[in-house]
Amino acid sequence: MSHWKFKQRSVLPGFGLALGYTLLYLSLIVLIPLSALFFKTATMTWGRIWDTVSDPRVVASYRLTFGASLAAAATNAAFGFVVAWTLVRHHFPGKRLVDAVVDLPFALPTAVSGIALTALYAENGWIGRWLEPLGIQAAFSPLGVAIALTFIGLPFVVRTLQPALEDLDVEVEEAAASLGASRFETFRRIILPTVFPALLTGFALAFARALGEYGSVVFIAGNMPMKTEITPLLIIVKLEQYDYAGATAIAVVTLIASFAILLAINLIQWWSGYRYRIGG
Amino acid sequence: MAAGATLQQHTPWNASREGHGIRAEIPWIKWTFVSVTLGYLGLFLAVPLAAVFTEALRKGIGAYLESFQDPAALAAIRLTLLVAAIAVPANLVFGLAAAWAIAKFNFLGKNLLTTLIDLPFAVSPVISGLIYVLLFGQQGWLGPWLSSHDVNVIFAVPGIVLATIFVTFPFVARELIPLMQEQGNEEEEAALVLGAGAWQTFWRVTLPNVKWALLYGVILCNARAMGEFGAVSVVSGHIRGKTNTMPLHVEILYNEYNFVAAFAVASLLAILAMVTLVAKTFVEWKSRQSVELLEPTTAEEV
Amino acid sequence: MSLRRLLSSVALAAMTFGFLLPSLATAKDIELLNVSYDPTRELYKEFNAAFSQYWQARTGDTVTIQQSHGGAGKQARAVIDGLEADVVTLALAYDIDAIAEKADLLPADWQKRLPDNSAPYTSTIVFLVRKGNPKGVKDWNDLARPGISVITPNPKTSGGARWNYLAAWGYVLKKELGDLARVHDPKAAAEVAKANAKARQFVTALFKNVPVLDSGARGSTTTFVQRGIGDVFISWENEAYLAIKELGPGKFEIITPSISILAEPPVAVVDKVVDKHGTRSVAEAYLRFLYTKQGQELVAKHYYRPRHPEVAKRYRGQFVDVALFTIDDVFGGWKKAQQTHFADGGLFDQIYQPK
Repeated sequence: MSHWKFKQRSVLPGFGLALGYTLLYLSLIVLIPLSALFFKTATMTWGRIWDTVSDPRVVASYRLTFGASLAAAATNAAFGFVVAWTLVRHHFPGKRLVDAVVDLPFALPTAVSGIALTALYAENGWIGRWLEPLGIQAAFSPLGVAIALTFIGLPFVVRTLQPALEDLDVEVEEAAASLGASRFETFRRIILPTVFPALLTGFALAFARALGEYGSVVFIAGNMPMKTEITPLLIIVKLEQYDYAGATAIAVVTLIASFAILLAINLIQWWSGYRYRIGG
Repeated sequence: MAAGATLQQHTPWNASREGHGIRAEIPWIKWTFVSVTLGYLGLFLAVPLAAVFTEALRKGIGAYLESFQDPAALAAIRLTLLVAAIAVPANLVFGLAAAWAIAKFNFLGKNLLTTLIDLPFAVSPVISGLIYVLLFGQQGWLGPWLSSHDVNVIFAVPGIVLATIFVTFPFVARELIPLMQEQGNEEEEAALVLGAGAWQTFWRVTLPNVKWALLYGVILCNARAMGEFGAVSVVSGHIRGKTNTMPLHVEILYNEYNFVAAFAVASLLAILAMVTLVAKTFVEWKSRQSVELLEPTTAEEV
Repeated sequence: MSLRRLLSSVALAAMTFGFLLPSLATAKDIELLNVSYDPTRELYKEFNAAFSQYWQARTGDTVTIQQSHGGAGKQARAVIDGLEADVVTLALAYDIDAIAEKADLLPADWQKRLPDNSAPYTSTIVFLVRKGNPKGVKDWNDLARPGISVITPNPKTSGGARWNYLAAWGYVLKKELGDLARVHDPKAAAEVAKANAKARQFVTALFKNVPVLDSGARGSTTTFVQRGIGDVFISWENEAYLAIKELGPGKFEIITPSISILAEPPVAVVDKVVDKHGTRSVAEAYLRFLYTKQGQELVAKHYYRPRHPEVAKRYRGQFVDVALFTIDDVFGGWKKAQQTHFADGGLFDQIYQPK
């Protein structure tokens, strides 16, 4: 039972060096600095920590942050699927360009994205003026938060799905069709199960990134207490009062939640890959 | 994320795939997909981008170009390029080491390690900056010692570099791991059996196999490194002409009601991103070409 | 470029350096870092140039002043965490108090070291309304009327917004008590309590009219001016003038209320930093220069109210006379005001607490 050992045997060299360097760099850049959050939080008593992270206003911000992030990630999952599918399976003029701009939200500074989106979705903006007569307030509402989060998370789903879709075996689809499966059935029983892990990864990364986003959201949110305050804003509010420990306490809560989500996703991915390898 | 987008090199883009086989494409389905794609990306990407350029060019091309004459703007551009030039190679080396360990070996806690590498994506930018303040700040663990030795970390270039490395930490590793996992160990094992040394195997076998994924990761990492605002804002100190990066300079100009210059600098970031995106397209095109060239020899592996 | 021209320009450059070097040996190059808050950008840009000139004429040394601007709280935090500011010029005494208290970089009684509470210029809170004042806003009580939309930044994240809030509060106390001196009169305690309750109601009603709470003052300006949201924008006087000048001459009007708060943005030398850099004398001269006639002229030019009587007289036309009260008069200082009103769970937070 070799897998009970720390490491399975391999003829490849360099495991010690590679893992050692990885752990060293990870510790120096990520783990030790992040541990400062926990130590700072630990300067408060448990009661104070609990009061800070369970304050109604903070809880309202969790609801908005997690809700809007979920909505944004779900939107990106649905539309990202269509975009990825189109980019892989269809040809149309200007496709290269479309494929290239998908990564734009990574490069634009978040504040610029926020300002540009607010200008567009405010009542007098290019898009907002069409929504306003319909009674839809886009900027300065939870919807605005979701719009900003959709923007910044857009590349994740598309870019994780693209390779998976390219990897799909067209012959299996054709076999299914020749056996009389409808398009929908083929999609549900052949395509979806195969690309599901990739879709999930994209969803999770978009979701995780949305949870932490601050720069683009503060411009469009309106920042009304209990209504459109996101959790990172409340971290800033704590810092403004020189309450570093309070700020880190809230940060630790979101950090743990994000970590749990990412770990779950990675386990699902590993599990599906494992199943695939056994099956294959 | 772009994780395994480079898997393309294994399953080369098959231009003739469309309409191939028994099931011909039904036009209305195709055009529905295409129009949803264009509509969605148009609404969320093209329109904001157009808004940035409209604002930047509001007073004409002359005013636009003048925005880059300001010494503070030039200093910001220089600093941003410097920071990216340090952060990207650092994450590149790390990405290679991490991918080698994770993709080529099976060991306990591999999932945990992968998740820890992903973690910086989920940390709020404000916190990404704050952790370095807690560590190196005057009230932090190392601050008093550093200042007594006259070493500035935060509110200086090292702090900005550290924060940038943190926020772009996962990109290269995330890009390489799935691809290297997919490729397996056979080629390296064969090279070793044939008597190649460890470094030789890495340089001659592994690196060529992943070079496009590596470039792809570098490009994304670079785009994000130049565009990062929140984390850098916390550790920069905002000294005009000294510790302002391009995104911070944009904020300053915007707050000075100098909208044209603010959006001009922002558009330069967008252009830099587009340049990297064009480079990426070129890279992909090259990779497709090289795959086509290699196709006959590697066909049995696929 | 031809080779000859290249060579000649190289020679020219070499000569220039040759001439410059000896003079550099005698004159010192000094750098100062002024960490300030957002609305003073334009003022210090001009003031720094004037001071450099003045200092060079007096001592022959060249001073370069580096500027850092941002939200006042964020800037104070940066100084506490090690940003080496020679001087701080912030929005509230509270922020500099925090630097003294948390990092011990300057003595607790820093405010007594310069005249006028270490505040060389003042400002007050006024209203910016759209051209023609369509909603007929005249005084504070109009802001709490139903159907009026008010723009102000978030007092939790913006120092300027705290002034807005306290000015509104003070207005009610003045209306209820007649004389603000009675706030501290033990005999009037019951009345003061009643007035405070009224003020709380008023401020609550006012903030119910606020549709967007931007995180900083300049964000609010953008919301009001660029996005076209709100009927009234509560603003620093200097910011209101600047917004009109920069963003919409002829599109807005300034309304000065019957009573407002005296905002005293303080300045201070950061002792531990100047001693480390050896810049104490120039840093002190820099701040004292703010009080000179030339400095005060620049202050007034950028719409801050000058202290210098002569300069104040000359700019009388620019600043409407308005009854002004101070934080110390009415709220017993910043520390107390912060604790009661803006701390977590304080009176401001209670406005938004679900009943």
